[in-house]
Amino acid sequence: MIINSRFFNRSELMGFIALAAVLFVILPLTLDVFRLNLVAKYLTYAFVALGLVLCWGYGGILSLGQGVFFGLGGYCMAMFLKLEASSVENTKIQSTPGIPDFMDWNQITALPLFWQPFHSLTFTILAIILVPGLFALIIGTAMFKRRVGGTYFAIITQAVAAILTILIVGQQGYTGGINGMTDLRTLKGWDIRPDHAKIILYFVEVVLLFACIGIAQFIRLTKLGRILVAMREQEDRVRFSGYSVANFKIFAFCMAAVFAAIGGAMFALNVGFMSPSFVGIVPSIEMVIYTAVGGRMSIFGAIWGAILVNFAKTSLSESFPQLWLFGLGALFIAVVLAFPNGLSGLWADYVQPRIDRLFASRKSKSDWNGNSVADGAPAE
Amino acid sequence: MFGDYSLGDLGSIFVMQGFAGLILFSVYVLMALGLAIIFGQMGVINMAHGEFMILGAYVTWMTSNLFQAYLPSLFAGYFFLAMILAFLASGALGMLVEWALIRHLYKRPLDTLLATWGLSLMLQQAYRSVFGAREVGVELPQWMLGSLHVTDSIEVPINGVFVMCLTLLITISVAYVLYMSRWGRQVRAVVQNRIMAGAVGINTEKVDRLTFGLGCGIAGVAGSAFTMIGSTGPTSGQLYIVDTFLVVVFGGAASLLGTIASAFSISQTQSTLEFFMSGSMAKVLTLLAVVGILMLRPQGLFALKVRK
Repeated sequence: MIINSRFFNRSELMGFIALAAVLFVILPLTLDVFRLNLVAKYLTYAFVALGLVLCWGYGGILSLGQGVFFGLGGYCMAMFLKLEASSVENTKIQSTPGIPDFMDWNQITALPLFWQPFHSLTFTILAIILVPGLFALIIGTAMFKRRVGGTYFAIITQAVAAILTILIVGQQGYTGGINGMTDLRTLKGWDIRPDHAKIILYFVEVVLLFACIGIAQFIRLTKLGRILVAMREQEDRVRFSGYSVANFKIFAFCMAAVFAAIGGAMFALNVGFMSPSFVGIVPSIEMVIYTAVGGRMSIFGAIWGAILVNFAKTSLSESFPQLWLFGLGALFIAVVLAFPNGLSGLWADYVQPRIDRLFASRKSKSDWNGNSVADGAPAE
Repeated sequence: MFGDYSLGDLGSIFVMQGFAGLILFSVYVLMALGLAIIFGQMGVINMAHGEFMILGAYVTWMTSNLFQAYLPSLFAGYFFLAMILAFLASGALGMLVEWALIRHLYKRPLDTLLATWGLSLMLQQAYRSVFGAREVGVELPQWMLGSLHVTDSIEVPINGVFVMCLTLLITISVAYVLYMSRWGRQVRAVVQNRIMAGAVGINTEKVDRLTFGLGCGIAGVAGSAFTMIGSTGPTSGQLYIVDTFLVVVFGGAASLLGTIASAFSISQTQSTLEFFMSGSMAKVLTLLAVVGILMLRPQGLFALKVRK
């Protein structure tokens, strides 16, 4: 309890409990499987938003290329699933059985070398973490060691997102092109398509999300997190104090990349396909939008941002397809102009003080009655 | 990859592809000029720049339709009027945006990126609602069609020559305005030190608004030129925005000369490579080279020495 109350302060603990209650209990009980699967899709973006809180909110590094890492993670997972779905029995009608269908359509007759290791699930899981992590390490080292930052970094990451998309679309035979990798079926023989599998995958994803929240919160509370904030506010002073600013930035960027990649892998599992439309410039900026709307400084805020913006996107584009882009654009301008701290900022300014007052008044009343409740104890 | 062609063929290929690249170069330069003014001089990342360009393209399209319907006799000259109208429309919208949005964000450059992205989404939807989702093409007047035969194997399209001359003219006038005129001196003063510029009596708000308007107006002219090489749709502008930003960054943000040099090298590399491999790989290689060079030389090709 002591560790817990240090790990989360009271309002964070409330945020944690509220999120856990909604994701673990309320949504699974109230939504049908189709809607729950949609929530699972939204939550994959919550991983990216979480990474952006660390890297952008705390570290001050705006990356417009998170789609790249989301895509790399997703494609690693999709390659494994696709290979399993393209077993020799399943692909008998192809001219070369045993390779993914899009390769067969593009007159490729043997599995390319870089596809080979993806027969192994262990390798795939390692690749989901390491490929985006190393890629981020290379970009980060090249950029931050030369003290490139701010807008330049944003533009270059955006260019990387553009490059990767064009590459994936162009190399149709190796990547599935613009259609991406579709028709993913089983994970180690376990069918991922039926309803009960979707529910299990949803819970796996939520557990993973909470694990990532834990890691992010841990980073935030350690000295590392404080240095990140210090760097965002006064980079030069941190450098003159003897810290290697570049290394901390690289770390935050890599961390965000790994979170995004986990989200991407869960996307491939939950949605059942992966395509370049989740990699490029537009999705990358949308991911930043989720974070900004939710609150770039708040771990829980960003997750709510990812869920709510996507929810609004689905429901608005279902009923008023014309209005959706107007709404998203206006929302975004409003958030940037009026509420730079997003929903969590609004919460902290308007809702939290009321709750605090409520608690304070009840506490003073109970103190006066003589049967005080120890602060935080009911959270057990 | 060069082995299959004779030396003379290669020469012609390079000239033809080089010329095709020059039209791309013109659009890049016009787009990047506006962006270099806005980004390089003001530090604002205008993600809606492509939409300002498309506004110019739509204005050109409407003008051409108007001339076809009401003044068919003057159709040959519609393009000049269309360009001016495109400049005014985009410039006016730019000034409106600066007043409503950008001026609140000068101290938060990264946030301008996010806000103008929101703006670009709204503009795209507005174009879709007003002009429809289908791409529209502009009919060129007779004298712009066809091509000049330089030699047997080399042909040069006339509209390409026209666009290039136009680009040259606009670039020179922008350079003149920025470096020779009184107003250009004020712009540069505001860029270097906003507070001091204000202290010596320059109306910095007015300068900002006009600068932003000028940048957007040039994007509108780029849109006019764009109608000659591509069809105009609500999202066409988005395709160019990353390339243009790379052009500006690659050239060194505050340098007009650098912008031109980088637009030239990027468009020529891409266009020449396109002949030897698929368009997508040419683009990937070009962009990779640019990103690679930027990692080695983050300040761009021509960097001004600035004291930070």
